[in-house]
Amino acid sequence: MSDPTTSVSYAQAPHELRAARIAAALRYVALTAVGLVMLYPIIWLVGASFKSNAEIFTEVGFWPSGFDFSAYVRGWKTSSEYTFATYFLNSFLITIPRIVVTVISCVLVAYAFARFEFWGKKLLFAIMVATVMLPHIILRIPQYLMFKELGWLDGYLPLIVPSAFATDTFFVFMLVQFLRGIPREMEEAAQIDGCNALQMLVYIIVPLLKPAIVSVVVFQFIWTMNDFMGPLIYLSSVEKYPVSLALKMTLGATEEVEWASAIAISVVALLPSVAVFFAAQKYFVEGAASSGIKG
Amino acid sequence: MAAVSLQGLEKVYPNGFKAVHGVDLEVRDGEFMVFVGPSGCAKSTLLRMVAGLESISGGELRIGGRRVNELPAKQRGIAMVFQNYALYPHMKVWDNLAFGLKLSGMAKDEIAQRVREAARLLEMEALLDRYPKQLSGGQAQRVAVGRAIVKKPGVFLFDEPLSNLDAKLRASMRVRLTELHRALRDSGQSSTVIYVTHDQVEAMTMGERICVLKEGTIQQVDVPTTLYERPANAFVGGFIGSPEMNQHVVEATAGALRWGDAVLPLPDAIAAALSRQTAVQVRLGLRPEHLALQPGAATVPLQGRLRFIEHMGADVYVHVDIGALPFTARVASDLAGDAVRAARGDTLALHVAPGAVHLFDAASGVALRA
Repeated sequence: MSDPTTSVSYAQAPHELRAARIAAALRYVALTAVGLVMLYPIIWLVGASFKSNAEIFTEVGFWPSGFDFSAYVRGWKTSSEYTFATYFLNSFLITIPRIVVTVISCVLVAYAFARFEFWGKKLLFAIMVATVMLPHIILRIPQYLMFKELGWLDGYLPLIVPSAFATDTFFVFMLVQFLRGIPREMEEAAQIDGCNALQMLVYIIVPLLKPAIVSVVVFQFIWTMNDFMGPLIYLSSVEKYPVSLALKMTLGATEEVEWASAIAISVVALLPSVAVFFAAQKYFVEGAASSGIKG
Repeated sequence: MAAVSLQGLEKVYPNGFKAVHGVDLEVRDGEFMVFVGPSGCAKSTLLRMVAGLESISGGELRIGGRRVNELPAKQRGIAMVFQNYALYPHMKVWDNLAFGLKLSGMAKDEIAQRVREAARLLEMEALLDRYPKQLSGGQAQRVAVGRAIVKKPGVFLFDEPLSNLDAKLRASMRVRLTELHRALRDSGQSSTVIYVTHDQVEAMTMGERICVLKEGTIQQVDVPTTLYERPANAFVGGFIGSPEMNQHVVEATAGALRWGDAVLPLPDAIAAALSRQTAVQVRLGLRPEHLALQPGAATVPLQGRLRFIEHMGADVYVHVDIGALPFTARVASDLAGDAVRAARGDTLALHVAPGAVHLFDAASGVALRA
């Protein structure tokens, strides 16, 4: 310990370490506090699903006086002739085909924009990006008239078919950006290995795009599950209602709203989206980190 | 048979920029040909034209005697190794090697046999079950080479394959690749190689012949020793060799080169050739190792003023001003003697054999020979 610089650094080390720990603790406290504020409505929702109507409007806290699952049972049965099993099935009948056609169409369009040269490419891309900013509501009337002509009203086709033409331009844009990050050399290697454009897409691009495609699946799942306006406009038979419409129905079916049931079924309606999100979470993180290119 | 023949090959980009200006070159079957040049000399473009990754704007490209201008990459019988390895990250090493073979519809047994053979040749049997992200740079490069070997192509194309490796690994991969090429050739396999690099050491050590390129035109094609000893022009003289050849424009009068207070008499044959030139200005080229601190047979002393000395281990680079122009001399450390203790500004005598002098036309840079 004769070296002065050594002794100084030894003396400083515990002090700096303590400061770093305090800073980390403060950070975690702040993040937890903000996180709680953000999550509180959901926590309250879960708590309220076990409460009675009176308790919901009188108690501020989220913790219920007792755990009564009857609201879930009543909510599931609904006041209509169908249970929520039907409505969930309907939601999946819309969501799953829509996801499939969205992924296929958006990947194809993004691949073309990112990798091929064609006449008017820049203009078309600009138009496509511009449509991201277009409010969907202004398309409702012309689309409604069109689907009416086609005789598709009160069916799921108006909710699914538009996505088969890569109209979810946000996804196309996202995939194009991701594709631009994939090194060209990999595709050139595949070209020399004998891939044609389609084989390149299937064997090389799609596996590399997996994290982005998973994001598309998750977003499309959540957005479609939550979509209220689309089904409201196109569906008129109750037996075809998806969860979002059925939920609204629980509020308007009787004079006296059974809040506990409505809330309980809202909690259930949240579950698929939450499950899908957590199942796919690791791909969001993984991203492009698994690239085989160095340099 | 996989000779590669480039006849008047041209590349013009859609914006009108002409990158390759009518390149004529014959790469013999089984030959290790190196394209070398500074960045922007179109060496990679030329390679990519051979590979089929760039279209050909003019001229004719033949591989194994067959015109391939319009053929897609997969039908040209080539395999390519990229600078960034370009391995498929979602496939294990085995699948990376087998991918091209699977696409070609080869039988599974044959694929397995080829993959194992390549893995043995490159000593990477233990890596076959790994993903590219689990490989080090050197291992990834070997996999990339393996991916080329399994295809048994007529021509191997290498695009700066070693430039992402550290210096030590680069040196060992250089030896490995050279040995691999000779082994393939000895085993009777088609083994023509076109190897692109900007590193003249790689070019000199690996190439059986070297093609020096500058701004899309060939400067010289020859074996390494000829390239070094008889450069066709000042550019080749300067590009090949390290430290760089000393080059200065000087005056040539009365059978000698003169600049500042320095006078370097020329051999009679060169002087006679020079006297036919109208211009009195020539470009002098002098390799650093031809400037010695000790007098030798038929050397001429030149007085120089020491600038500084670089110790490289076995060699010492002595930077001096001779007649007010900077020169670098490379001398063996054990022959450097007292010079290493000389101070900046001290006068040193440097001995030059006039026969070692290269002369180039001052304007065009073309070599002037007796």
